[in-house]
Amino acid sequence: MHPILSAKPQEKLLLLGNEAIVRGALEGGLRIGAAYPGTPSSEIGNLLFQLQRELPGLYFEFSTNEKVAMEVAAAAAASGLRSLTCMKHVGLNVAADALMTLAYIGVKGGMVVVTADDPSCHSSQNEQDNRYYARLSGLPMLEPANPQEAREMTAYAFELSERLELPVLLRTTTRVSHARAVVEMGELASYEEALKGKFEKDPKRWVPVPAIARVRHQVLLEKMREATVLADGSQWNRTYGKGSKGIIVSGVAVNYVLDAVEELGLEDEVAVLALGFTHPYPAGLLADFLREKEAVLVVEELEPYLEEAARVVAQERGLKVPIFGKATGHFSRALEFTPGLVKEAIARAFGLSYTSPEAPDLSWVPELPPRPPTLCPGCPHRETYRVVKEVLEELGELSRTIFPTDIGCYTLGLLPPIQMADYLICMGSSVGSAGGFSKATDQRIVSFIGDSTFFHAGLSPLASAVYNRHRFTLVIMDNETTAMTGHQPVPSQELRPPELEDRPRIDIEAVVKALGVPKVVTINPYKKEEAKAAIRPLLEADELSVIIAKAPCILYRARVAKK
Amino acid sequence: MERLRILAVGVGGQGILLFSRVLGEVALSSGTPIAMSEVHGMAQRGGVVETNIVLGGVRSPLISEGEVDILVGLEPAETLRALPRTRKDTVIVSSTDPVIPQIVKDGLATYPDLTEPLQKLQEAYPRVYLFPGEEIAREAGTARALNIVTLGALAGTGLLPFSKEDFLEAIKKIVKPKFLEANLKAFEAGFSVTAS
Repeated sequence: MHPILSAKPQEKLLLLGNEAIVRGALEGGLRIGAAYPGTPSSEIGNLLFQLQRELPGLYFEFSTNEKVAMEVAAAAAASGLRSLTCMKHVGLNVAADALMTLAYIGVKGGMVVVTADDPSCHSSQNEQDNRYYARLSGLPMLEPANPQEAREMTAYAFELSERLELPVLLRTTTRVSHARAVVEMGELASYEEALKGKFEKDPKRWVPVPAIARVRHQVLLEKMREATVLADGSQWNRTYGKGSKGIIVSGVAVNYVLDAVEELGLEDEVAVLALGFTHPYPAGLLADFLREKEAVLVVEELEPYLEEAARVVAQERGLKVPIFGKATGHFSRALEFTPGLVKEAIARAFGLSYTSPEAPDLSWVPELPPRPPTLCPGCPHRETYRVVKEVLEELGELSRTIFPTDIGCYTLGLLPPIQMADYLICMGSSVGSAGGFSKATDQRIVSFIGDSTFFHAGLSPLASAVYNRHRFTLVIMDNETTAMTGHQPVPSQELRPPELEDRPRIDIEAVVKALGVPKVVTINPYKKEEAKAAIRPLLEADELSVIIAKAPCILYRARVAKK
Repeated sequence: MERLRILAVGVGGQGILLFSRVLGEVALSSGTPIAMSEVHGMAQRGGVVETNIVLGGVRSPLISEGEVDILVGLEPAETLRALPRTRKDTVIVSSTDPVIPQIVKDGLATYPDLTEPLQKLQEAYPRVYLFPGEEIAREAGTARALNIVTLGALAGTGLLPFSKEDFLEAIKKIVKPKFLEANLKAFEAGFSVTAS
């Protein structure tokens, strides 16, 4: 049995924040989970996918994208079952269409939406602050500060969700999801039997045509008022220490603030309001805190969400207390915080003298070579890039070719010596933007997309490209897995672990042909000359074509061989 | 116990996650408060990786500049790269066997001769432990046990509030039986490098 399942209540395990979320979900009686992987959320899905083999009462699937996953989880919750979906911050953009209206129709069974944000873009294309999705959608939000809270809040989130009949956002960041710390276990739910839900028809609730949507919006607004009361009294909003100065903080920064207050010896001068239930913000609690203080510093990564809330509360109550934060230049809206940065800001805000430890003289350290992440030695993507580049070179087309790229390991084709990644927005943008370039320019366009990303967001832009006579070559780099995030399954894969042997297989070449793409070839990128001869006519022509470069990820192949 | 902040650095693929998992297990079983911050995802593809490990009730799972009590390097260039986060009395424990970046193999950058910088390193800090980690690991049975050699070297300094047996128990608990013997030998070999 997996240790996360065998651990008894009160037993302590060293868990990653994401593992703690899984344990919390299983304590909270999760029945149906669905996700598309994305760093820093991926371990949640990986673990649930693995654990369902030991738990007859748990179903988890890797859906083809975050929107599908959210719809699967929403339907489960509409049927009265507790459900969860998890995604990286930009994944919620994909699922946002579902989320916004799901907030209107709500849920019956508890539903948790985990959004794992990535300040500093450790593994992402932007550092958007998804707390604004809570505000935009009008959904309650919890923000754990560490793995222990991640476990407890996840279990609690199901109760909160059922009480309000709304999905609950659980917002982490990389430093919470990928922190590892001692976590004390609670009681696991029973998973001995598969449990079926029942969907009760109620078109006046579940089908938001305009007349119903207008009513449901009112219901949502009423629930937000109820949620504000809950936030004010929430056990997740706590005060530490006492004093005439105050700090308001949420997320991983709670740790930085509590350490700093202790290390600066400010426990009797600075009170800390650490918030875990942050949307709707606890207006009453904030007002009480602000009223007693001479000055308040708001510490939060990325956007000034709590800071603005504090200013609104102060204005509404006519409180004159100075509020420091992003607007006053104490913090930046960009990049993640560090403990030192927070300590300095606290000292500055409250007029304390603090000097960071003296740095040693390092003038003798030589220039060191950078270590950008690279494609693995022997990676099939390297071969595909080489084959395409050589043909374009031979055709004299290389310098006039635009290479739209996509999200996956192959984005590393950006770096020398490959340098075949020119334009990227988001999942699937290699296909949609290629069509745009083909209408806007006379340049040659060769796009790259992975197999998993193709199923995620490549199918509909390819249909559009066929219909609108877009002119580009799309290279689908089929390595038979979702490699970057840890080898999650893909519907097209032939190479698969034993437990997935019985799944149907969707053939990429058949799909592309069925969409009506005029020219399609499949190559083995390791057979260089053969591959070059096969793709040359496509790279010469001025019409839509698809090259499927098929060779498994070498790490994935080794992993499957071990099973 | 006193608060202790350990920064472990290396290159993706060197097994820094196992290094920190074992250390975490040791802390857990001895009831010592521990928190860590790990690097997952894109950076693991041959990039620089680091694990921040804080012991003794520190809440922040990240270590700032000037806060590192012990810098542990699985690779010498990475040890040097992390020095801006040290202070004058930081203890340094590092392997000296280089991992040449792909970018150098591609002829796009150079990997400097580190003989002199590593000598300077020993002069610049009061306690510096350098050892050929990969070579020691190979002698123990597999070069892949570099992470456990380095863990042994960290344990051997006597700076952590754990006994050698604590570490051996944790290794037995976590490492797969097939690789256990080599890893136990690797730990002992690393331990004897720094234990006086």
